[in-house]
Formats: sequence, structure tokens, C-alpha cells
Amino acid sequence: MRLLERCANDAISTNSERNTGFEGENVLEVKDLRIRYETEDAVVYAVNGVNLTLKRQCTLGLVGETGAGKTTTVLSLLRLVPSPPGVIASGEIIVNGRNVMQMSSRELQQMRGNEIAMIFQDPMTSLNPVMRVGDQIAESIRKHEKVSKKESLERAKETLLKVGITADRANDYPHQFSGGMKQRVVIAIALACNPTILIADEPTTALDVTIQAQVLEMMKALKDEYKTATIMITHDLGIVAETCDEVAVMYAGRIVERGTLREVFKETKHPYTEGLFNSLPDINDRKSELRPIKGQTPDPMKTYPGCVFVERCPYAVDACFEGYPDEVQFSDTHYAACKGYNDKSFHIMRGG
Amino acid sequence: MRYNKKSTASLKSTNVALQYRKQSRANMLWRQFKKNKGAVSGLVLIVVIILIAVASNFIWDYDTQITGMNSLERLLSPSLSHPFGTDHMGRDVLARVCYGARYSLLIGFSAVSISMIFGAIIGSIAGYYGGRVESIIMRIVELFLMIPAILLVIIFVSVFGTSLLNLIIGLGASTIPHFARNARASVMTVRGSEFVEAAKAVGASDLRIIFDHVLPNAFSPILVQATTRIASCIIDAAAFSFLGLGVPAPLPEWGAMLADARQFLRDHPNLTVAPGVAIMLTVFAVNLIGDGLRDALDPKLKK
Repeated sequence: MRLLERCANDAISTNSERNTGFEGENVLEVKDLRIRYETEDAVVYAVNGVNLTLKRQCTLGLVGETGAGKTTTVLSLLRLVPSPPGVIASGEIIVNGRNVMQMSSRELQQMRGNEIAMIFQDPMTSLNPVMRVGDQIAESIRKHEKVSKKESLERAKETLLKVGITADRANDYPHQFSGGMKQRVVIAIALACNPTILIADEPTTALDVTIQAQVLEMMKALKDEYKTATIMITHDLGIVAETCDEVAVMYAGRIVERGTLREVFKETKHPYTEGLFNSLPDINDRKSELRPIKGQTPDPMKTYPGCVFVERCPYAVDACFEGYPDEVQFSDTHYAACKGYNDKSFHIMRGG
Repeated sequence: MRYNKKSTASLKSTNVALQYRKQSRANMLWRQFKKNKGAVSGLVLIVVIILIAVASNFIWDYDTQITGMNSLERLLSPSLSHPFGTDHMGRDVLARVCYGARYSLLIGFSAVSISMIFGAIIGSIAGYYGGRVESIIMRIVELFLMIPAILLVIIFVSVFGTSLLNLIIGLGASTIPHFARNARASVMTVRGSEFVEAAKAVGASDLRIIFDHVLPNAFSPILVQATTRIASCIIDAAAFSFLGLGVPAPLPEWGAMLADARQFLRDHPNLTVAPGVAIMLTVFAVNLIGDGLRDALDPKLKK
């Protein structure tokens, strides 16, 4: 059995009761989000019609290759897509019942950090090198709550303790911390105002493996304590299996498959998701060659008439070249965008 | 005994570790700065000059000895009581040179403060926002860069009259464009940093980001430019005083003293030596500090 699947099995069995426990309201709804980057030479279509929902306290894993539009998607939730060149062409982003697209810049500032907070990929560069870490945490608190400077510093120290850093280190500068500790500080900043939604953009990519495990463990514990809904961006399927309740697989600016962890991992429906799993090494068969998905991700500067995955898809039929497939529903939570399922007998090799 | 020795040794090492942890950026900068012998001697020199400038107020009486007239002691050669001789008004040259340090330092530091503050604000707004805001600001800045700075000061002083204050404002205003350009360039390198994005993500306002996050990180090139600019400001001030556009007559500004001494150059060359050397030493010291700061602040040169 593949290592990953073993992990997934463990995670799924321990998460099983949590998996069914998300009947609560949606804290985030994204409808038909389209974002493109317009430069003088070309237009890059980064996000092409993404639909997402996130339930209270749920952890959603957003997986996909580099350039699939994961980061652009989550930056747009904070309206932080750099503009120019970024243009949000269409879509609705509803956070706690309010449309982010219609917020004034003042409302946006109040929403950022308070309702949605973000953990950035590289802790080395996401802290201001000339500011004490305590001040950096306190800045966010002072921005969103009417507290004195002293009080906000006290709160900052409490938050530091929560991420396992002693309070006296609040007076230190970022260069006096190790990489793992810096990422803890970044997490402390994100959690300082107790946000409803936490976005973690590859929070462990810049850390070494032993620290990764610590940080993930801590994030999980804090998430439960703060009752925060999380979007976890990663291309490590092992991390998804460890931490997420739901999974959305992104490819070329679209979500090709989404469902609960069990559904996507055990009952895989989309050929691309299958390709992702196949390209992982097999621990029991060390001599076997890796089976990468053939070909390249499509050029984001072009628009395609058919399914974006068709060039690399082993199951492609003629119909796949005409029109992007609609999402096919397999259960209340499980969707995949693939034309193959128009044929009732169609199934992929993996899953059910 | 042996046990004791050991415990003090370990105590010492924890002390060292604590000290290391307490090091702030300023401390690191100082450590780096100290390694440069030239910079340290420049710093010592400037401190001495500042002390002289402060002390001169208490040693000599301004009205009688600095600006007054003493017709009995005109144009004396150097002697024990007047080490640099006396000038055509019978005033002790040493006293005037020492007192003159006050004006040169005042002009240098305040003119540069003006241009640094305004230049940094204008430049960082242009650099941070980019796009149309930047285009408009930078075109205006370039418009002023086309006119030679000396001409700008002359225009300013001749419109508003010659006085110490006008000279300072004129000198300061004329280099705002240079600072603005430099500030814009270094702000642009920091603008795209992830910590700026992170600050946006916690909801910080633009002003807060510029002043708390961007400027402190973009400040080293501006600071280095400021120190070198202080030196040239002192020279410029002397030049303007020499031309009669700077500090008005009885004030012992170094440039003005040189201008006064010019007419006696053939018979009493000692009158020009003292203010000349004073200008040279001050500029030299400030330049050394500027060089030292540049090296200390440049991460690429760190060993």
C-alpha cells in the first residue's frame, strides 16, 4: 500500500466523525470567480470560473500544480491581487454574508486580518526585519480593536505563548529567530485577531521536514482552539491527508474536482486527480519508475475551447475538445468536471 | 575552588549569550561601523568640532570678541594671545573660526534635514503607489532637476533676501529632488516584499505601511546620501557666503571669513588658512562617517 494512502486511511478514520460534522453555515462562498493579469504584451488567464464554499471550522485543502491559480484565488478573497496588472473580471466573494467585491477600501482594511487572515509561504521574508516581533503582532490587534498600546503588546505576548514562544522574546527582531520560529510568529500574527477564516499559503514549504510536522500539528491544535475555518494551499498530498476535511483540486485556473477528503482520496473521479496520485512514489515498489502526468500545463495566455486537461488526459474522447465540461455531482459534497461521465459506464482506474 | 571557577565560567557564557540576543539593529550597525578606522576617526573629529562649537559660546563674548571691532589690534600676526592672528576689524581669528563651526554645522544639518524629510516623503509616495501618481510626481521632480541647484538657491535667496534662515531653506529645498529620486528607487525595491503584502493582509493602511514597514527598510541609502550631502552643503554654504549671498556680514561664517580675508591675501595669508582648514576638516570628517555608514549598512559588504 502506498505510504500516502496509509496516511490518508489513518487520517480519514480519525477524521471520520469530523467529516460529517459540517452541516453549519458557509463562512465563505466564491461564485464563478475569474481573474486575469493584463500586461502590455499579453493577457494571462489565471483563474477561470472558480466555485468554492467553506463551512465554519472546516479545513479545505486547495491542491494543484504551480501556476494553477491557487494563490491568485486566495489573494482575491482579501482583494490583494496586485492591480495593475491583476483584474477580477467577474465573480462573487461572500465572506460572512458580505460581498467582498463591493467593499470600500476602508471596509476591506477592517475585514483583512479580522475576518480573513493569511499565513504566507516564506516566513523569512514575510516579517518586517526592522520591527520587533511583538510590535508586529500588536499592530494587527491595535488595527482591529480599540486597545491601548500596552494592552495590545500584552495580548501579543499571550499569542506568542500560544504558538510556543516565550513572552520575553517579543522584544526580539526577526533575524534572532530560526525559520520554524519565524513561521510560528507569522501564525501568531494571523491568529491575533481571531479570524473566522485562515488562509495558509503553503505554510510549510520553506521549512524542513521535522519542523513541518511541528508547525502543522500546532496549526491543527490552534485551529480547533480558535474555531477557525482554514484554506490550506499545498501541493503536498500528504499534508492534505493529515490536515484537511475537504479537498479542492485546481488545474489551469479551474477546480476540476472537489469533495470531502475521503471522497477525493478514495473515490477519485477526475482523471487529473488520478494523475496526481499516480505520480507519487510507491513505498512498497521502490524499483518502479515514477509515472508523471505526460505533457505540460496548458499555456495560461490562451483560452481553450474544450476541457483544459484534454491534451494530457488518457481517457480523452472527441467530445472533450468541445466546450468546458459541467460539474458532475456524485454526492452532496463530491463534484468533478469531466465529460467522460456523460457515458454511464465510464470510470477511471482508481477509486470507485 | 575548581567548582567555583567552573560556575563563573558558565555564568559568563550565559551572559555572553544574553548580550548577543539583546543586540538590536543599531547595535549591529555600531559593531560594523567600529571596524572601519577611518569612519571612527571621522566620528571623533566631528564630535570634537561639535564640542568646540558648543564651548565657544562660553569662552568668548559674542558682541565684543566675535562681531565687535577693536581698531587697536587690526591685522596682527599670529602670536601666543592670538594663535591665528587677528583680522581687519581686530577680531581674534581663532575665536571666530571656533564660533563659525556653529553656523556651518547648523546650516549643514538643518538644510539636509529639510531635503531628507521632504525628499523621503515625496519619493516614497511615488515609489510606493507607482503608476500615474509616480509619473506625475517624478516628472515634477525632474523638472527641478533640470535647473542647477546653485541657480535655485541664488533665485531663492535673491527673492527672499539674504539671511541665515533663507540660506538654509534654499539649500535644503534645492536638493529635495535628489533625495526624492533616491528614496523612490529604494522604496521600489522594498515595495514588493512579502512583509509589505503581509501588512496589507492584516489590514494596515497605506500610510502605516509606508512609514512603519517600507521607509525603515529603505532608509539606508537615504541616510548615506544625507551624510555626504551634509559635507557638500557646508561647502555650498561657504561658497554662497563667499559670494555675498549667504550669511550676512558680521557673522563669523567660514565662507564669509574667507571672502573678507581675500583682500588681505598678499600681506596676511594666515587669515585664510584657519577658516579654510576648518571647512576642510569638517567636510573630511562628515565624508568619512558617510563612507563608514555606507559600508556598515550594505549587507553585501558584511563579513
